[in-house]
Amino acid sequence: MTNYMKLELAAISENEGFARSAVAAFALTLNPSLTELSDIKTAVSEAVTNCVVHAYKGGENACVIIECRAEKTEAGGILHIAIADRGCGIEDVDKALTPFFTTLSDEERSGMGFTIMQTFMHEFSVESAKGKGTTVRMCKKIGMPETEKERLNA
Amino acid sequence: MKICAQKKGNILYIRLVGELDEHNAALARKEADRLADENAQIERAVFDLSEVSFMDSTGIGFLIGRYKKFHRYGVPVSVTNPSVATDRILCMSGIYTLMSKI
Ligand SMILES: Nc1ncnc2c1ncn2[C@@H]1O[C@H](COP(=O)(O)OP(=O)(O)OP(=O)(O)O)[C@@H](O)[C@H]1O
Ligand SMILES: [Mg+2]
Repeated sequence: MTNYMKLELAAISENEGFARSAVAAFALTLNPSLTELSDIKTAVSEAVTNCVVHAYKGGENACVIIECRAEKTEAGGILHIAIADRGCGIEDVDKALTPFFTTLSDEERSGMGFTIMQTFMHEFSVESAKGKGTTVRMCKKIGMPETEKERLNA
Repeated sequence: MKICAQKKGNILYIRLVGELDEHNAALARKEADRLADENAQIERAVFDLSEVSFMDSTGIGFLIGRYKKFHRYGVPVSVTNPSVATDRILCMSGIYTLMSKI
């Protein structure tokens, strides 16, 4: 059986640290390296922060839902992560994925969140519907041979 | 997140301690901007990142914001001692064209 967890939490900035630590703790079952763990924490922090700062314009019931699945493989494993909100959605996803694109430039946002998620994880996709919400799906392969890692980074 | 300031000669060192995320950035911003206002006559401001245990894209926005703040006083900004993970994010952002890594 594949191990999984589901976490629903208020979309407030206090929870950003908790969310990334919780996913990192869950990932430990796959025995990741420190670098892999750090990549996971960063990507989760980006997705959760986006839910907090972009998805909801105040209001009640602002929540983030995080689901993780840990798949064991011969080499180590694959961590599947889905991070969803029920907020405003993204008007133009392709545009939002462009490096340096941000709709909040006067709040010191740099528009690098999605680019960082894509760089630090192995698979990445965004599904969004206006007025309904956004789901980011990512996975991280744990325990890849060094050569393959280098190939990916090149 | 804690901020410690120390002047060495005409250079102001600003050491950030802790996790630089969206939640902690608000306080760090206020502190760093106060330091900028109080030290308009210094030669350079250096952000020491050696004790930043975590940083995401919020850190990019934070550093660019402080660069602009110090720039108004004609004070150049540098960063020093980023961890490997922090350095990777800062490199991706192209921030080192605005502030040198020393
Ligand atoms: N969960 C979300 N709900 C609604 N809009 C979103 C969401 N996530 C991202 N966006 C939109 O996509 C844009 C790009 O997101 P990205 O994370 O790349 O940059 P940013 O959050 O603006 O800046 P940074 O992450 O560098 O602080 C955002 O400015 C926002 O308009
Ligand atoms: Mg973002």
